[in-house]
Amino acid sequence: MRNEAVILGAAFGYLALLFVIAAWGDRRASQGRSLIGSPTVYALSIAVYCTAWTFYGSVGRVTTQGASFLLIYLGPTLAMLSAPFILRKMVRIAADQRLTSIADFISARYGKSRMLGALVALIALVGITPYIALQLKAITLSHAVLVSYPNPIELQLAEERFWVDKSFWVALVLAVFIILFGTRHLDASERHEGMVAAIAFESLVKLVAFLAVGVFTVFMLFNGLGDLFAQAGDDPRLRQALDLSAVEGGALGWSGLLLLAFLAFLTLPRQFQVLVVENVDERHLTRASWLFPLYLLAINLFVIPIALAGMLLMEGGDPDSFVLTLPLSAGLEGLPLLVFIGGLSAATGMVIVETIALSTMVSNQLVMPLLLRSPRLGLESRGELRGWLLGIRRVAIVLILLLGYLYHALLGDAYSLVTIGLVSFAAAAQFAPALLLGLYWRGANRRGAIIGLLLGFVAWAYTLLLPGFAQSGWLPSSFIDQGPWGLAWLRPYALLGLEGWDIYTHSLFWSLGLNLAALVGFSLFGRQSRLEQTQAALFTGALRRDAMPASLWQGQTSRGELRDLLTRYLGAKVATRVLEGGRDDQPAPPALIARTERALAGALGSASARVLINSVVRGEALDLEAVLRILDTTSQTLEYNRRLKQKSEELARIGEELRAANERLRELDRLKDEFVAMVSHELRTPLTSIRAFAEILRDGKDLPDAKREQFLEVVVQESQRLSRLIEEILDLARLESGRLTLNPQRLDLAVLARHGLAAVERLQAERGVTLESAIEVEEAWVVGDPDRLAQVIINLLDNAGKFADDDRPRVRLTLSRHKAHYRLAVEDNGPGIAEDERERVFEKFHQIKQQQGGKRRHRPKGSGLGLPISRGIVAHLGGRLWVEPAPTLGGASLIMELPAAPESGEGEEGTGEG
Amino acid sequence: MPKVLVVDDEPNIVLSLEFLMQQAGFEVTTAEDGEAALARVTEDPPDLVLLDISLPDLSGFEVLERLRQMPQGASLPIIMLTAHGREVEREKGLALGADDYITKPFSTQALVEKVKGLLGEAS
Repeated sequence: MRNEAVILGAAFGYLALLFVIAAWGDRRASQGRSLIGSPTVYALSIAVYCTAWTFYGSVGRVTTQGASFLLIYLGPTLAMLSAPFILRKMVRIAADQRLTSIADFISARYGKSRMLGALVALIALVGITPYIALQLKAITLSHAVLVSYPNPIELQLAEERFWVDKSFWVALVLAVFIILFGTRHLDASERHEGMVAAIAFESLVKLVAFLAVGVFTVFMLFNGLGDLFAQAGDDPRLRQALDLSAVEGGALGWSGLLLLAFLAFLTLPRQFQVLVVENVDERHLTRASWLFPLYLLAINLFVIPIALAGMLLMEGGDPDSFVLTLPLSAGLEGLPLLVFIGGLSAATGMVIVETIALSTMVSNQLVMPLLLRSPRLGLESRGELRGWLLGIRRVAIVLILLLGYLYHALLGDAYSLVTIGLVSFAAAAQFAPALLLGLYWRGANRRGAIIGLLLGFVAWAYTLLLPGFAQSGWLPSSFIDQGPWGLAWLRPYALLGLEGWDIYTHSLFWSLGLNLAALVGFSLFGRQSRLEQTQAALFTGALRRDAMPASLWQGQTSRGELRDLLTRYLGAKVATRVLEGGRDDQPAPPALIARTERALAGALGSASARVLINSVVRGEALDLEAVLRILDTTSQTLEYNRRLKQKSEELARIGEELRAANERLRELDRLKDEFVAMVSHELRTPLTSIRAFAEILRDGKDLPDAKREQFLEVVVQESQRLSRLIEEILDLARLESGRLTLNPQRLDLAVLARHGLAAVERLQAERGVTLESAIEVEEAWVVGDPDRLAQVIINLLDNAGKFADDDRPRVRLTLSRHKAHYRLAVEDNGPGIAEDERERVFEKFHQIKQQQGGKRRHRPKGSGLGLPISRGIVAHLGGRLWVEPAPTLGGASLIMELPAAPESGEGEEGTGEG
Repeated sequence: MPKVLVVDDEPNIVLSLEFLMQQAGFEVTTAEDGEAALARVTEDPPDLVLLDISLPDLSGFEVLERLRQMPQGASLPIIMLTAHGREVEREKGLALGADDYITKPFSTQALVEKVKGLLGEAS
């Protein structure tokens, strides 16, 4: 006997771990960093298909039915392989219309029929209860085996003393766990990211556990597969068990089982939940469509070896427990515990998802519609409904699990694990005609679906559910053998004399046959409501987005009503734009209604838009659920819009920056063009004189010497001018590109100023300019390039000479200390420079406007580059150059300011008086 | 003896044009800017004008326009001389009624021939 505390500790520890994973998944989801945004996680979550039935029951089934268990996995494999046609469409529709369960899905397809939704929910509840019972049974059974092995287990008969029945407590613990797990918050999309993450984890645990048992069995208990099969081959009983003919009902039974598994995989509420509702990205289907079948292959790899080993070694043991008893028989402690946890994974995974799916259906399809309709509760007028919804869900979860427990307690032993599972499969398969036909045949209508479902359900209950009751003793066993009231043609396993089939194929034949016949028959001869037509078109055309005919809205409404709707949700401006002209009391044409819907859909999502349009077109009141959904979508849309706005503002800003940059580039380009034109103009002028006189000298052989001399002198002058100009242009280019090489050193500006005065003295004297100077400091040490600074000073003096007064031109140079700077100013007594011209004189090729009138001295024209170059040089040396009105002479004063060099005795001695 | 008015603010260019025109047998008067040129046309009407475009006060185009509006200048042969070599400026000059447009630096022979041609037609 193993330690009960260890087992319970492991089980609760495992559940706690699941809960942590789920909470983590939910937190990540709310942070927008989804844990389940991967096709692998999606594929693993689909593996919730493999329940305790797979984990324990597959081995059991091999012992009685041979390899037929594989069909139960072949069906889903086929379904996954056809995902591009079927599942993709379902996922797309559910996402578009925000459908939350298979009941919601089928109800939506048939015109949002409440009755259909309720019917599906009810059938699911009844049909799936045995399946939940099966999981409870598996947990209890595996626990009992683990505790009491090798003694035979004794399960208490529960109906008298349920409080000693472990299954009851298992059910309750699971109920609490699922309430914590699945109803912590309410999400309109019914997505539970945390749950999906936990389920994916569970799928890994059960796979690992099962593979561990398999490896142990094949390689520890036996010497590999060869040894195992050889020993099994010697036993005629085993040979027979593996024979294909062991499958009940022969080939027909094979096909029946395959079809059943195929359909159930798509219609079981928990499969619909993980496949469709929890799907976060349609593209995940691509990988899942091969990864999931691979998972099924892996988990089935060791089923036959384990079954054979069990039959060889565990004579008389319960085949459903071989997985557990094989390692136990070898005296192991750890592996059985791992297997128990694996089985627990398989069972809890199924129960969690199934219960959440069922509770959603029960609350949304069964309870809420009734409550909302009840005038006494007045729910429609209450604001806070989330509390109600969550409360209903929680109660539903407890009830569903109790129902499962009751089923287990009352007739749990009638069927084996696999049998119970298949009974549920057959119930879920009843949804298939309405679901699948509804996806592809537009004509399928509500009445056909309802009657088909009802007939299918009744046939299922009669051929599978009731015989189970009979086998458990709740009905006389003659019910099975002789039929009710002794009517042999009503025998539930051989209805209308249909004998020799296995019970599932038999049940499937009658239930699906009647279901399909009713659906097709009533659809062919019945009519669809308008809403149904719309929904049918949307469902069948889901993969062709634009296929929806625009004029589906045939109802009557006025422009005014559409205007109200648009104004309420999108604002008056949009309303006016959508509706264009027309009076509000005019009836709205179908095209306009479609336009309005599209406008609303853009903001609210298509499902909400449809509901809103529907409310005005047919005057149907909005139900509360729809309003909740719209509010939810709207807040999502608002968030989306906010982000969009942010993005577009960002874009606008970038656009503005680009525009500005482009503007600057254009401006630079324009300036460059202008500069090139100016340079070309400036170069052409001296060139013109040079060429003209050169030609004159060439053609005029008999020119007098004096003229010849004069003309040659012009050519020389103009050539020099041209050289200077080219030098200046190059200087300017170097300055602007930052490649001007300066040779900064400590120098005395006073010395430089005197040298400059001396250099221009002769030229200025020729022009009649009086040069004055006022060097107020003994020494003026600055850091600068002596050649360049001399160039600047000469340029300033030269310029001043040009603009000094015509009659008595005077130019004055002053050098003074000004705080931490030295200022060298050159002023003239000319007309001065107008305020608005003072900065422009530093522009390239700017020619200072000459004052008009008065007789004019011959004034040499500058290139218009001297001042810009001077300013560039001074700026490079950390100084400034600007124009002011001259304080002493009254004309213009150009002031150069350079920072005084830091005191340095050594430096002064080194370069003093240089 | 036909009289040619040279309008330019570059002394050396004026010097060369003056010499070339005198050598070709024409009388020469000069003006340094636009206003002076307009005054000269009124006071001492020439038979042909050599007109620079970049003048210190007015642009050569303005001088041309104003000359064409004056009685003395309406049919006066005018040759634009310019260092602006761009095609648009050439077209603008011709559109404003210049008889010819010569880009600096120019061929002295070609210039003299053009002046002679225009004066031959005019006289």
